[in-house]
Amino acid sequence: MHEMSLCEGIRRVVDQAADRPDVARVTRVRLEIGKFAGVEKHALSFAWEVVMRGSKAEGATLDMIDLPGKALCYDCMKEVEIEERLSPCPDCGGGKLLPQGGDEMQIKDMEVV
Amino acid sequence: MCTVCGCGDAKLAGATHGDDHSHDHHHHEHHPHGHHHDIHFGHGPAGTEVPGMSQERLIEIETGILSQNDRHAAINRSRLAESGIYAVNLVSSPGSGKTTLLCATIRAMSGPVGVIEGDQQTTNDADRIRETGAPAVQVNTGKGCHLDGHMVGHALDHLSPAPDTTLFIENVGNLVCPAAFDLGEDAKVAILSVTEGEDKPLKYPDMFTAARLAILNKVDLAPHCDVDLDLYEANLKRVNPAIEILRVSARTGEGLDAWIGWLQAEAQAKRQRKAAE
Repeated sequence: MHEMSLCEGIRRVVDQAADRPDVARVTRVRLEIGKFAGVEKHALSFAWEVVMRGSKAEGATLDMIDLPGKALCYDCMKEVEIEERLSPCPDCGGGKLLPQGGDEMQIKDMEVV
Repeated sequence: MCTVCGCGDAKLAGATHGDDHSHDHHHHEHHPHGHHHDIHFGHGPAGTEVPGMSQERLIEIETGILSQNDRHAAINRSRLAESGIYAVNLVSSPGSGKTTLLCATIRAMSGPVGVIEGDQQTTNDADRIRETGAPAVQVNTGKGCHLDGHMVGHALDHLSPAPDTTLFIENVGNLVCPAAFDLGEDAKVAILSVTEGEDKPLKYPDMFTAARLAILNKVDLAPHCDVDLDLYEANLKRVNPAIEILRVSARTGEGLDAWIGWLQAEAQAKRQRKAAE
């Protein structure tokens, strides 16, 4: 959706965490991205290379860990995992599901030298 | 002056590290593979086993990508709560009739109102709002596709809304990005005009999931454009079973009373919650 500005947000956090004399370079950053976070991973990878230039994390590998999409089914009132935003309930086949998770966008950790 | 980031400083608030690369850890930079060096990270051991990564070199972060925006939004939210201000974030595609609805709403409402207008360019919308007599601040996002918490904080500085104001934040017309950016509002209200197609909620589910209320606008046009209003509502409920829906025409005034009633009930509930604290 706006992967460039997301990357700028990541850079601010990474720059701050790496702003210490015992960190020469960041070699890998891991993100956790929920299935419903609306993040286009290819676009994020592209933006990553551009945005991180000139930082300690220039050239660092970007890993994205998928988190499952969870929703509350209003027909059977169970919390279920779903693949797609508009998937039916895997338990009862109901079509009214309210997302309960899967919109996470988090920087988990980073590897440094 | 922004109290959170100091504006123009790319670092997060609280970043106080000086540029002290010349002190006695300097040699680490020249020996990046020197495993014999002790490296002490303030966050302690990572506590996780990750293939290909050595424990000593993993810095846990566990920070949301939008954490800086969320911090600005939280400050806006507490600032609004202190003054008993109820704020709605109006989101829609371009051309759904947000500004026309807003002008009609302001003319029909009693009590103090204030408006923050978000657009990429021009002050046209704020000018239209000011014609109603309501104070308005225009925020031009330039190339930006959404308002964020930082922009709204500055707009609040300029607007200085009176206590108990109903604050309308008209977001940039865009059904994608504004869904993710908290501004500190009490509720997102999605406006959908009847000419946009019944499947709009299915095409842009994130926004309609984030919204508390959907306003089906321009219902006076419904007889002329073969639309099924019940199907609109069914599709809204499919992506967000909890969403409330109102049918409105800003042009004829149909449904305006219900919309204003909704706003007043929400604002009153907020003030009651605050009084009970």
